[in-house]
Amino acid sequence: MIEVRDLHFTYPTGVEALRGINLTVRDGEFLAIMGQNGAGKTTLVKHFNGLLKPTAGEVVIDGVSTRDASVAQIARNVGFVFQNPDHQLFCETVEEEVAFALRNFGFKETAIKNRVDWALNLLDIKRYRETSPFMLSGGERKRVALASVLAWDPKVVILDEPTIGQDHRQKEKLRQFIVQLNAQKKTVIVVTHDVEFVAESNPQVMLMSGGEIVAEGDAREILTDQKLVAQASIVSPEITQILSGLPDLGIQKNVIDVHEATSILLDLLEVAS
Amino acid sequence: MIEGSPITVANETLAIIETRKLVYTYSGAKKAALKGVSVTIESGEIVILTGPSGCGKTTLCRCFNGLIPHFYGGKIEGEVVVAGHKVVDQTIYELARHVGLVFQNPENQLFALSVEKDVAFGLENLAVPRDEMIKRVDWALQMTGIEDLSERPPHELSGGQQQRVAIACVLAMQPDVMILDEPTSFLDPVGAQKIFEVINELNKELGITIILVEHRLDLASKYADHVVVMDEGKVVLDGEPRGVFNSEKARLIGVGVPKATRLYQILRENGTHLSGVPVTSEEASKLLLEVLKRD
Ligand SMILES: Nc1ncnc2c1ncn2[C@@H]1O[C@H](COP(=O)(O)OP(=O)(O)O)[C@@H](O)[C@H]1O
Ligand SMILES: Nc1ncnc2c1ncn2[C@@H]1O[C@H](COP(=O)(O)OP(=O)(O)O)[C@@H](O)[C@H]1O
Ligand SMILES: [Mg+2]
Ligand SMILES: [Mg+2]
Repeated sequence: MIEVRDLHFTYPTGVEALRGINLTVRDGEFLAIMGQNGAGKTTLVKHFNGLLKPTAGEVVIDGVSTRDASVAQIARNVGFVFQNPDHQLFCETVEEEVAFALRNFGFKETAIKNRVDWALNLLDIKRYRETSPFMLSGGERKRVALASVLAWDPKVVILDEPTIGQDHRQKEKLRQFIVQLNAQKKTVIVVTHDVEFVAESNPQVMLMSGGEIVAEGDAREILTDQKLVAQASIVSPEITQILSGLPDLGIQKNVIDVHEATSILLDLLEVAS
Repeated sequence: MIEGSPITVANETLAIIETRKLVYTYSGAKKAALKGVSVTIESGEIVILTGPSGCGKTTLCRCFNGLIPHFYGGKIEGEVVVAGHKVVDQTIYELARHVGLVFQNPENQLFALSVEKDVAFGLENLAVPRDEMIKRVDWALQMTGIEDLSERPPHELSGGQQQRVAIACVLAMQPDVMILDEPTSFLDPVGAQKIFEVINELNKELGITIILVEHRLDLASKYADHVVVMDEGKVVLDGEPRGVFNSEKARLIGVGVPKATRLYQILRENGTHLSGVPVTSEEASKLLLEVLKRD
């Protein structure tokens, strides 16, 4: 469990990035943190694995304050996939990259081999096993970064903007994968402004703006609220926009899923005819 | 639907960029990154270039502005013609007058101490006279709506602001074609919309041809005149947006077909026909209203 109590954080430059965050992420929760660029999302999640320590307030992970633990200790349980994969990749081949943390955590060589195979397969980068990560395209590099974290199977997985640079199919694979991770009782925290990705995954959603939390709730409730959505510099899912472009037909309009929308429309047409 | 459309070699074509059977292999690579790409970009259009990551979009863009082969080397076959000239016969500097490339990550493009200096940099390289340079920098800052940032250091700006600076840098060169490689991937949806609007204005007001590499079709589609879909180093779909998005192949390759188009398809599978293929949510609402009124 991650407990955040009245967290403030100010960068050395004087930027007050977090202004009193209170939040509890329960074990097994699936949380999407959304909001405009510069809202403080990355700053917040960097506190969850101890990369940043509070200026004031506290972040407590499974009963231990992040002030009292090293990044390495926290990392075993909390895996963090950076927004920019280049901040994470440094090995000469993709295989070494994915094996690196496993070696550091003291896994046995046979286990390392199995886990590397598993992770490379999962993210569809097996063919780049011997390739330098820097020869790959941005989306491919991102998947290498993902594979290297998932390989050590942390309890909590934090993904900062995982969909950036990913094509639709990879996004869909990733989405299914995240949902599956979560079904296996892992805590998954995704920072994203990809509205369609969230609409299809249906997590809990937290909106941030100016270093504060503006709203929390389920995806449908939050993403169909025009006022909240505008406040956080995101937009409603396309499906919500399509339905809200219709006059009042007495139909439910807080819909984010294309299949739900079509069945509502088909019902309406059937009643009419 | 035009798949693998034949190249028109007529002199009177409006093509600003044309490739013929372009095959390219990076030096040291085992496999070709482009495997016979024949594509025509017409002057004045907004083209969306999309397709699975690793399919060769960035590589194709590098061919358009001469980074390939002049900077990357490798092995190139076939032809790339930009504004009537073969790319292989031109220098990168000559090509920069015709084709400007805005990189995916603006940080990699900005390095000067102020926005103004960054925007002037390319012009200095072209030895543009000072008066002309000042005029062009002001103009580019104005067109992208960042006049008030001219004295600021680019690295202190937000992602959206940096992206505008990167666009201004390229715009100042007054290219015929502006290529933007996933220009909004780091931006929140509202920031992304603003960038698309800037791009659209440049196209409509100045007639600059736009090539937009994008996965975010939900936001970008409404601006497109032409969509090119690549897969594994080849062009697999090439035509106007409605046809491309509504094709079975687009879905099979895993193009992120706009939800408006998906809605149309699912309704159709269930026996409800809208009178046209919507690409945007506004279009979908309008078409839905037609059938709802009819009943
Ligand atoms: N390393 C840093 N030094 C100084 N300021 C920073 C740094 N990283 C982020 N900031 C600032 O902190 C605020 C929050 O940034 P960030 O957490 O990255 O937002 P988000 O992830 O929501 O886009 C912004 O104003 C940003 O400019
Ligand atoms: N600088 C490079 N050197 C060698 N291979 C590269 C280079 N850049 C890209 N590639 C390879 O070329 C192929 C196409 O990549 P790219 O054009 O970046 O795809 P996209 O932009 O569609 O994601 C990929 O297999 C990629 O690994
Ligand atoms: Mg961030
Ligand atoms: Mg690319």
